[in-house]
Amino acid sequence: MSAITQIEEQKPQISLQKKSTSSLIRVLRYSVVRLLSLLVSLIIAIFLTIVIANMGGYVDRIRMGEIRETAVLSLRQIPSNRNLPAEQFLALVDNRVYQEAHAQGLDRPFILRTLNYMKRALTLNLGNALRMTSDTGSKQVRVIILERLPPTLLLWGSSGLFLFFIEISVALSISRKYGSWLDKFFVTMAPLSTTPGWFFGIFLILIFASALRILPFGGMVDAPVPKTTVDYALSLMKHMILPTLALVLSQTFLQIYNWRTFFLIYSSEDYVEIAKAKGLSDRAIERDYVLRPTLPTIITGFALTLIALWLGGPILETIFNWPGLGRAFYEAVQFYDTPVILGQTVIYAYLLAGTVFLLDYIYALVDPRVKIGQGGSNT
Amino acid sequence: MKEIKRTFQELLRYPSAMVSLVLILLMLIASAYIMIAIPYNEAIRLWRGSEEDWYKYPKQAAPVWMNYFSSKKQPVSFFINSADEQNTMVEKQVEKRADGSKKITITYTFDYVYDDFPQDLILYANSDYAAKKPLVSVVWITPDGRKINMASYSVLQRDVYRIAQDAKLERILRAKPMLGLFSDPSQKTPTPLKGTYQMVVTGSVFEPNTGLDVELVCHGTLYGMAGTDFMRRDLMIALGWGMPIALAFGLLAALGTTITTLVIAAIGAWYGGWVDELIQRITEINSVLPFLPILIMIGTFYSRSIWLILGATILLNIFGLGIKNFRAIFLQIKESPYVEAAKAYGASDGRIIIRYLTPRIIPMLIPQLVTLVPTYVFLEAALAVLGLGDPFIPTWGKIINDARTNGALFEGLYYWILEPAALLLVTSLAFALLGFALDRVFNPKLREM
Repeated sequence: MSAITQIEEQKPQISLQKKSTSSLIRVLRYSVVRLLSLLVSLIIAIFLTIVIANMGGYVDRIRMGEIRETAVLSLRQIPSNRNLPAEQFLALVDNRVYQEAHAQGLDRPFILRTLNYMKRALTLNLGNALRMTSDTGSKQVRVIILERLPPTLLLWGSSGLFLFFIEISVALSISRKYGSWLDKFFVTMAPLSTTPGWFFGIFLILIFASALRILPFGGMVDAPVPKTTVDYALSLMKHMILPTLALVLSQTFLQIYNWRTFFLIYSSEDYVEIAKAKGLSDRAIERDYVLRPTLPTIITGFALTLIALWLGGPILETIFNWPGLGRAFYEAVQFYDTPVILGQTVIYAYLLAGTVFLLDYIYALVDPRVKIGQGGSNT
Repeated sequence: MKEIKRTFQELLRYPSAMVSLVLILLMLIASAYIMIAIPYNEAIRLWRGSEEDWYKYPKQAAPVWMNYFSSKKQPVSFFINSADEQNTMVEKQVEKRADGSKKITITYTFDYVYDDFPQDLILYANSDYAAKKPLVSVVWITPDGRKINMASYSVLQRDVYRIAQDAKLERILRAKPMLGLFSDPSQKTPTPLKGTYQMVVTGSVFEPNTGLDVELVCHGTLYGMAGTDFMRRDLMIALGWGMPIALAFGLLAALGTTITTLVIAAIGAWYGGWVDELIQRITEINSVLPFLPILIMIGTFYSRSIWLILGATILLNIFGLGIKNFRAIFLQIKESPYVEAAKAYGASDGRIIIRYLTPRIIPMLIPQLVTLVPTYVFLEAALAVLGLGDPFIPTWGKIINDARTNGALFEGLYYWILEPAALLLVTSLAFALLGFALDRVFNPKLREM
């Protein structure tokens, strides 16, 4: 379905050549407008996230309560305070709370606090986490995110990106062998992929970890961390089998089916028929007559796969106890740790906006029919 | 009408579509049945799992049909109440004495044909005495005719006698009570003796108006068609009620998101200008907001109510990426002659959008809508697996979450996970298969492929 629309979308963008100077101005003007509009979208989206993540100020109230509690506890520790009358002691506590709240900016109105959060978020000054710490003991959001990044990249990057290219090449090859048993196999299996990865994950854990006891239940490496690099890598691979398999089962069939249908539609174009009549080799037809015009769509798919990496899969990572970004996000929500939630959302938003911006130029580079800033905007 | 009939006939040519239609129909019937059989409030009350509702049920008992797959038959739980006059397994005799006291004899008769020992036998006695407690003695009669005097005790108003934990009986039998009561004395290793057992409870009641009823509960390792969970609850309730909840969530979310998206795309394409621009900007903002993380935040910070989550799901998907596809098609339809004609005879904007633009896109919409249903069914389950399921309503995802957090995978209690998982899988496959078939029916271009 989506394949059909994409063809139609590109039609109005074919236009006449213009002089090079005017085209430079056109590209510049387009870039500025596009950047500004993306920035506005980004700011609004981050604002919404802050309001949701801060529950309209509720998290701040929780923090105030905590500040008061620690103030009372720490002031009680001082021996000279023990004999003070209750009123004087309360005044001391209030004073301490005021200072602490002022230092953290909690005494300012809600909207100012939110704007402050936003300024820090937009400048990627991610600050300190409220409760979460990294394994090295740091409370910096940046360190926490960077620490969780490698596991996510390892799992989603290696399997996700690897799968993407496998899917494309399998889809291309079966689209050429339309009607073969392999083709029919993928068409039949496609509905299975409406089932998400975490669900297959539970099944796989049940079979391979619980019943057969041949693979681990979850985690990233064995409990006493292996000492040599080789053992470490082997342990890592063993732990990656099940999550990767869950990912394969949950998306590959449907993706191959979708790409195959997409390629089939392009393969029935007249110019492909002519190429065939000319007696070109299958490889040449695939490369120059099918892949070339579908490149923008493939690039979009690839870019979206890349962005999805940033969110990881909170659920799949939770099921497999994988210490990645998705799980970190889920933990942050559980701890009401606003700075970590915001940090991750902001980075995601920046990456997405950046990719959308770059895609327009990449389209223009790979597809000579597309001119930046002309025709209907393809946002 | 004619078109629906034609579509339906064409659909019948696909066996997968037939199967999925039958499945969906069955699920709808089952949902209607369960909603009538156990009203909503009753289901929620039962699922809260108070001891009063579930004391009779064993903990984490597998379903009864597990016995079909194993040569070693596991004991099935049962309960017999002497107050139940219909039950032929219990007989109650009341003998009045001259001094106003009564002798009440309750005889339970049951067959035990299993290859393993039960977890526990429990006697729940109920008596409404005023001052003097009734006295009760319990005798056990094995199939080979041995008589064992198990215990004599005075009964409290609500009295519980857990036989497996009776240390005195353990001394009498010189074995754990369950082994002593059920084993075959001729075997060296403890093996249950199969046959008809009897338990005779003789009660002496000293007040003329006092009654006495005793319920015998046997906790085996199996119970019911679905088994029970860690809170002794019958899983049947959650499996049954999970069906209408899953269908309602999936269908409402799919309908809500696709139809609003469709109308908004049509409005944007028709009016163009700033309306279109605004819609596109909102879509862009929406695409930067990460969907699942926001749902997780809403579930944790605000409310885990399934209906609030449904609302949030629809809201976050209205301006989804679907708008882009719909808009592109609407822009083409907008230029077609029949829309020009409608404009020429003075049709209002609303009329053109509703009657001229949107119907054209329905062939694309319906398969998409049907294929979206499983996505949302699984979304609800996913949130439940993260511990963000609705706190009151029993759903399939919540069973999976309960099972996971209570170590079903480690302890091998597979029925607990597999039952809801199988239902989820069947539901999702039924809708997915139907969606794929509909896609081919409505989009002949795909059919040739």
